[in-house]
Parts: sequence; C-alpha cells; structure tokens
Amino acid sequence: MNVKPVKIRGRVKGVVANIKCLMPHPMETGTRRDDAGEFIPAHYIETVTCLHNDKEVMIAHWGASVSKDPYFSFKIKGANAGDSVKVSWVDNLGETSSGDIVLK
Amino acid sequence: MNTNFSRRWFVKSLAAVAVIVSFPGVVFARAKGAFNAGKTNDVVDVLFGDLPIEESTEITFKLPDIAENGAVVPATVATEIEGVTQIAIVIDENPNPLSAVFDIGEMSLADVSTRIKIGKSSVARAYVKTSDKVFMNSREVKVTIGGCGG
Amino acid sequence: MTRGTACLVALLTTVGSASADPESDRQALTRYFEQRFPDVEVAAHIDGAYALNEQTREQWLAMEDFPPYEFSVDDGEVLFDANFEDGSGYQDCFDDGNVKADYPYFDHERQTVVTLELAINDCRVASGEEPLAYNGEDIALLSAYMAFASRDSVIDLEVPPEGLAAYEAGKQYYYSRRGQLNFSCSQCHMLMSGMKLRAETLSATIGQVTHWPVYRFKWQEIGPLHRRFVECNEQVGAEGLDYQSETYRNLEYFLTYMSQGLPLNGPASRK
Repeated sequence: MNVKPVKIRGRVKGVVANIKCLMPHPMETGTRRDDAGEFIPAHYIETVTCLHNDKEVMIAHWGASVSKDPYFSFKIKGANAGDSVKVSWVDNLGETSSGDIVLK
Repeated sequence: MNTNFSRRWFVKSLAAVAVIVSFPGVVFARAKGAFNAGKTNDVVDVLFGDLPIEESTEITFKLPDIAENGAVVPATVATEIEGVTQIAIVIDENPNPLSAVFDIGEMSLADVSTRIKIGKSSVARAYVKTSDKVFMNSREVKVTIGGCGG
Repeated sequence: MTRGTACLVALLTTVGSASADPESDRQALTRYFEQRFPDVEVAAHIDGAYALNEQTREQWLAMEDFPPYEFSVDDGEVLFDANFEDGSGYQDCFDDGNVKADYPYFDHERQTVVTLELAINDCRVASGEEPLAYNGEDIALLSAYMAFASRDSVIDLEVPPEGLAAYEAGKQYYYSRRGQLNFSCSQCHMLMSGMKLRAETLSATIGQVTHWPVYRFKWQEIGPLHRRFVECNEQVGAEGLDYQSETYRNLEYFLTYMSQGLPLNGPASRK
C-alpha cells in the first residue's frame, strides 16, 4: 500500500527542541458508513514512537478519536542542532511509516 | 463481545501487556482495555488503578471553549510538575472517552499537542501521572452545528 | 436608517447601471468595510471570519502551525511536475506555478472569463490530454499547489471594456436575492458581516477570494471556490450551479476585482 511519510519540523531553542509532526492517515473510527451504507472499517494509528539520536524519548498511544492526518508536537531537552529525530507509527492494521529530520 | 470486564481483569491484563523499554525507570503499557472503555471511570481505573487523583491547576490544558469543528480540535497539555511519566486526554462524552496517552521519557518535557475528535459538547480532561500520584485538570468544550446549514 | 444601510443603498444604486466602473465599486466597498469595522485593516479581511472573531482565530492559528492543506500542496506539486504524454507539462503553460494573481482574466478571443481552473484544462487539452473534472480531486490539488506557489502575489486585474459586461453580471449576481430564504450574497457578507448566523461568523466581501482553494474541516479535504458557491446557493435554498459555469466565473471575476491590491494567501484552512 502506498503509505506516505511523516512530515517533521524541529527547531532547537537553547537546549530544548520543539518537534512538530503531521502524518497522513485516515484515522477511521469504524463507525462511519460509506455511500453504500456499509461500515468503513476502523483504521487508525495506534502507536507513535519518537526517537532522538536513536533513543526513544516519547511514545504516544492513540485511539481512533485522534483527528484525521494527525498532528503531534512534543518537546525534548538536551537537544542540539545536528541531532537526529525520527518519528514512526504503527496502525491497527499493522501498517507503518516514519519520517526523520536533522534538528536545526 | 463481553464488555462487562471486572476491574481485576483489567488490572491483570494491564500487567500482562506491560512492556519494559529503554525508558530509564519508566514502564509503559498499551492498555488496550482503556481505549475500549465506554466510560471515563473505567478508563481511569485501567490507566491509574488505585492511584489517588487530585485536581490541579498546575496543568495547562489548552482547548477551545467552542470548537470550530468537532473533527479537529487542537489540544495542548503542558505542566511543570516534576517526574511526569504519562499524560492522558479523556473526552467524557465520546463513545470511547480515552483519546490519547503519551508516555513521557526522561528527556521529554511534559508538553504535548495534538488534534482530537470531539463528538459533542463535553467535559474534557487532562491527566498527568507521576510515580505515585495522578493530577487532573478539566474544561468544557462546546461543539456546535454552525449556521448556514452547518 | 443606519449609516451602514445608507452606504449599502448608495452602493446599490449603481447596480444595474450600464456603465460599470469596477474601481469606484471597489473603493465604495472598501469605505463601507472601513466604516463597519474601524478596528480592522481592510487587508486583514483576507483571513475572512478569522479577522472578525478572536476565539475562532486562535483555533485557526493553532491549525496553521502545521496545516492539513500541506499534504494537498505536496500532492499538487507531484501532479504539477508530471509530464503529459507528449512530453510537455504544466510548466510550459504556467512556469513555476506562481501565476494565480493573473486569474481570472477576460479572454478576448473566447469573449469569456478564464479562471485558473479553466486555464489548467486549456493547458491539458492543448497537449492532447483529457480535461480534468472541475469538481474532481486532481484539479483541486493542482490549484492548491499553484495557490501556494503564488502566495503573497498581489491581485492586479484590469477589466477591459469588453469584459465589463461579465464583471457587471458577476456584480448583479452578488447583490441579487435568490433561493427560498431570498438572501443575496451581499446581505450576509456586507450587511451582516461580522455578525453571527447561528454559530458562524460571517466574513466580508473584500478578501473573500484571496485564500482559495480551501481545506475545509467540514469537507476534510481541499476544495475550490466554486464548491463554496454551490454550498452558499444551496444553503439559502437556491439551486447550485456547475463548477466553472459562466455565472460562477463572472461572480469570481467580480469578487476578485473587489480584492484588487490584496495579496493572495491560499491555500487556507477553514472550518
């Protein structure tokens, strides 16, 4: 399946980095119906893992009530320009994607 | 599907799925039961068990008073309380009140933002967990049908 | 009679006159909004209702932090960069895409208003490609990319004498009542601008077209200006017309001149 990457922006201010992500995903709750009246199956991101220089710093667990094309922002301390940040997700159907950046 | 789980079952299954990862001193668990719970009280039981819950204004919980659109409501939870290991966002009136749980690693600040779906006007709650206590702040969010046919 | 109404009446007396003067119309409209919203700079109306409601503006700014239309712009860029079968592409018609400020314009040969969407299909057909559906996704994505590429360009239209009839038709449409509710565009967006229609704050006429196409949370996708025309028509109990129909293109022509001199700020997110 054609899964799109996570868009990430990260900026260091002092020793704190502010990371913002936007990840394309339908985040279907499973309670909506399509035009034929059938339920659209639940399809949503369950786990988001955030790495800073390859170490896990934050894990988010989501239900289907997080909005479509989820936005997520978090802050890490002890960050410097040049550090790497990677955000990856797994959804309830086992699909995954990720994105990574170098902090400015 | 049997939805009448006893509390003990919840706590047991919570322990069963607990996974220890490289968070120094932090244990997190994918408490799936919490996401399926239909009432805030059940969510709180699964996530926090017997821990005391204290209301606190030291939690900055940013949410609009009147949501522009219930499908995308910007929400921010931030606090300077020390030793935060977990943040949870709960929407009382959603069919499954638990919206999101964030496991805060040592090198992360207790400051997260996301956008959530709120089905109808509701009390929204932000829980902040430390090793021995849970703090909570709440606010009301109104979700309206707009004019011009919405 | 309130001052606002007096202004409107004075403005409306020019409707129907055979010799339309777009620039005087625009200046009269500008004065109207300056008087109606003395604390709001006219240029600020490019943010629509968010220039008039602090609460919703805050939520909108939170969304602008990382707006959902970014994916539409990226997808539009992919479409824009892809070549046609004959090896040519959109770049041959539109350069780097920063052309939205040139639209719509009155085409001398076809004696009709040409909008950006029409031009996109002109470009395709000229290279032997099938035209895109005006209510389809692809044209909205292309338009999103080009709107983004054209951000901050200033609207600088010139209505030629032969285009005055089309301009006038658009203006007449804006000020005419229609539908079961018998509302005109001007009643909501001039007389009641800034006021609430149930939970909605009504935006002003000036700046209304600068931020399109729009990612509407209600649609959960990006959509063109004419999609909103259809919605507005239906919401007053009138029949929506086809996207890119002559009536809508004339309306867009009139509205774009009313935003003359303002910078483009599309695509935008809206409720």
